[in-house]
Amino acid sequence: MKILVPVKRVVDANVKIRVKPDGSGVDTANVKMSMNPFDENALEEALRLREAGTATEVVIVTVGSEKSAETLRAGLAMGADRAIHVKTEAPRIEPLAVAKVLKAVIASEAPDLVILGKQAIDDDNNQTGQMLSALLGWPQATFASKIVIGAGTIDVTREVDGGHETLRLALPALVTADLRLNEPRYASLPNIMKAKKKPLDETSPETLGVDIAPRLTVLKTTEPAGRTAGIIVASAEELAAKLKQAGVL
Amino acid sequence: MTEPREEMEFDVVIVGAGPAGLSAAIRLKQISPDLSVLIVEKGAEVGSHVISGAVIDPSGLDALVPDWRERETPIKTAVTDDRFLWLTEKSAFPLPGFIMPPLMSNHGNYIVSLANVCKWLATEAEALGVDIYPGFAGAELLIEDGKVVGVATGDMGIEKSGEPGPNFARGMALKGKYVLLAEGVRGSLTKRAIAEFGLAKESDFQKYGIGFKEIWQVTDANHKPGLVQHTLGWPLQDSVGGGSYIYHLEDNQVAIGFVVHLNYKNPYLSPFDEFQRLKTHPAIKGTFEGAKRLSYGARAISEGGYQSIPQLAFPGGALVGDAAGFVNLPRIKGSHNAVLSGIVTAEHVAAALAAGRSGDTLADLDAALRAGPIGKDLHKVRNVKPLLSRFGTLLGMGLAGFDMWCNTLLGASLFGTLRHGKPDYATLEPAAQHQPIDYPKRDGVLTFDRLSSVFISGTNHEENQPPHLHVADLALQKSSELDIFAGPSTRYCPAGVYEWVDGSYVINAQNCVHCKTCDIKDPNQNIDWVPPEGGGGPNYINM
Repeated sequence: MKILVPVKRVVDANVKIRVKPDGSGVDTANVKMSMNPFDENALEEALRLREAGTATEVVIVTVGSEKSAETLRAGLAMGADRAIHVKTEAPRIEPLAVAKVLKAVIASEAPDLVILGKQAIDDDNNQTGQMLSALLGWPQATFASKIVIGAGTIDVTREVDGGHETLRLALPALVTADLRLNEPRYASLPNIMKAKKKPLDETSPETLGVDIAPRLTVLKTTEPAGRTAGIIVASAEELAAKLKQAGVL
Repeated sequence: MTEPREEMEFDVVIVGAGPAGLSAAIRLKQISPDLSVLIVEKGAEVGSHVISGAVIDPSGLDALVPDWRERETPIKTAVTDDRFLWLTEKSAFPLPGFIMPPLMSNHGNYIVSLANVCKWLATEAEALGVDIYPGFAGAELLIEDGKVVGVATGDMGIEKSGEPGPNFARGMALKGKYVLLAEGVRGSLTKRAIAEFGLAKESDFQKYGIGFKEIWQVTDANHKPGLVQHTLGWPLQDSVGGGSYIYHLEDNQVAIGFVVHLNYKNPYLSPFDEFQRLKTHPAIKGTFEGAKRLSYGARAISEGGYQSIPQLAFPGGALVGDAAGFVNLPRIKGSHNAVLSGIVTAEHVAAALAAGRSGDTLADLDAALRAGPIGKDLHKVRNVKPLLSRFGTLLGMGLAGFDMWCNTLLGASLFGTLRHGKPDYATLEPAAQHQPIDYPKRDGVLTFDRLSSVFISGTNHEENQPPHLHVADLALQKSSELDIFAGPSTRYCPAGVYEWVDGSYVINAQNCVHCKTCDIKDPNQNIDWVPPEGGGGPNYINM
């Protein structure tokens, strides 16, 4: 079984996000970038399936600028077999465009299973997996916290309000990963070194025949309003009075 | 942890991707392109842990990458205006230029983010074939038969209990024919090497300061690119050494910082709060009207100068850059010397490797460094720090200016070479001899508390790991640090790591910005800073 894992280069989760002074977007100059954490979960799961003998090959793919190659190298260092870089310097690529590019990659790669992060932590769209599944006409299971492969099927446990739901999908299928799916591994120094020699193919949206022009216009980007200072109340009565005053009670 | 480590072999292993380590690597590959050169760096990326003012003297880069001016580099803003002020609580007095010899001039220097300069140097190094691995801390010196044979990286995935967790990965043994320690000031492996090989036997002890830095985005009206301003005096008392800097960079960014010498005596002194208070001075606060604070960081700096330089070469390697302490205190510059020391060390290592040698002591390195530009730079200013320590800031600076003129004009000093008084950990006096200092309340606009500051340093550590700040004797910490000195760690730490809560010592190790001040200033030398899991610590941007 071949697994394809799309990954995205995003601002590192530990970086304090800063909006550009002109409000045109988030400032990413000299900022640490990493693989989207949910994508790490997706990749980790694919690697475990390969290590368990269920999968035979794990291929990672990304759509993005020259620098996105670093993210692919990080994925190769974790253990992916090879990588595909759909290179574009377009400043903004919407989920639908990414889904179309991935569909074109899947047409030539023909994986049995696609695992992606449930959403990217930069734009929080939570759309690419679902759009891709629709474009492919494949069954999908989102927010996976457990994956069990059967004979031509896959059982996916997802976290839903009030408990767990387990779905059985016929392969080929698409799964989006939640954080609880697993704990991603560290890339070891020797594996980072070896990753430099693993195959990394380059292509482009044009070569794949996909139009990635944005369909949406970003009007403005602003930082969340700062929280106002809290107050310390002396007693439960005072708290109740304040809450009433605020119209909460 | 005794599980055997996987081994890899290189010609040269370098710890630390700062200006010194990167320069050494670049020079090695310039001389011998076939050498295998590896750099490990504890920061998540090159530059994540680099923090500096910074006005740089380009003499180092001129020697390393002579055509850097023709290239695309992050060195963009030349110093165009250089001011020096003496502050009193309400006023500021410009100091006339003639007091200071020409060595103090910033003409020809550049205002930069040293972190971004390091990122650029890293791309230069990688283009030459240097392997740079950020996110891996040099955790242990590997010593065999009395010589350093390599460095072990830290284990990953150790849980709080000290036991390996589910994603445990054992550190690697990185063996090198020579190992260069370029960890910056108060490096943890450097500390071991100095002790193991007695490198500081002949030299005076090292002296330190703690430096703070904030980057602000100021309004167009307040932005004067190329302006450099230094101050001495208020808010510090005359007996406490230190001063401030304000550098106007490109893109409406202004770096403001403050250095407090760590030989202060009053355990109630809070360097962080002195820095916050400084910004409220009438001559300073105007720059920050309508501005926004973008970033915060802190780091110890070396101040011992010429007489504190330890022996650099040890069997199997050498100390490079500020690990050895090459800061020129009156010029408040060290990165040029870091680069130059990387170059001279690389030249000695390359010659030794070419001669088929390995693992020995680079015998000529120390003499070459002292006879070269670094020795000359530091020798002229060698009495500044001891004069400040002895006579306070006002008289000390006057004498220091006079002494630097003598050294510049006559090549000699009336004082000879003064020694440093006491190491910084021994200068604190019992709290009973001092009064607590009442620092003004922070307004959250111009002045801030520690935690909101640490927040914008991007500091993060894997939560479930053992604390990387080791207190050797907790009972001593209580009986001395708390009971006699009133808990100075709660004030000198720039990140709020240490707290005394109902008589128990709380160590918030996840806040640590890796400044090393606790390792330096704890009155009993009871705190040992060791590297946490690789990739932890601050994620400085444009520092």
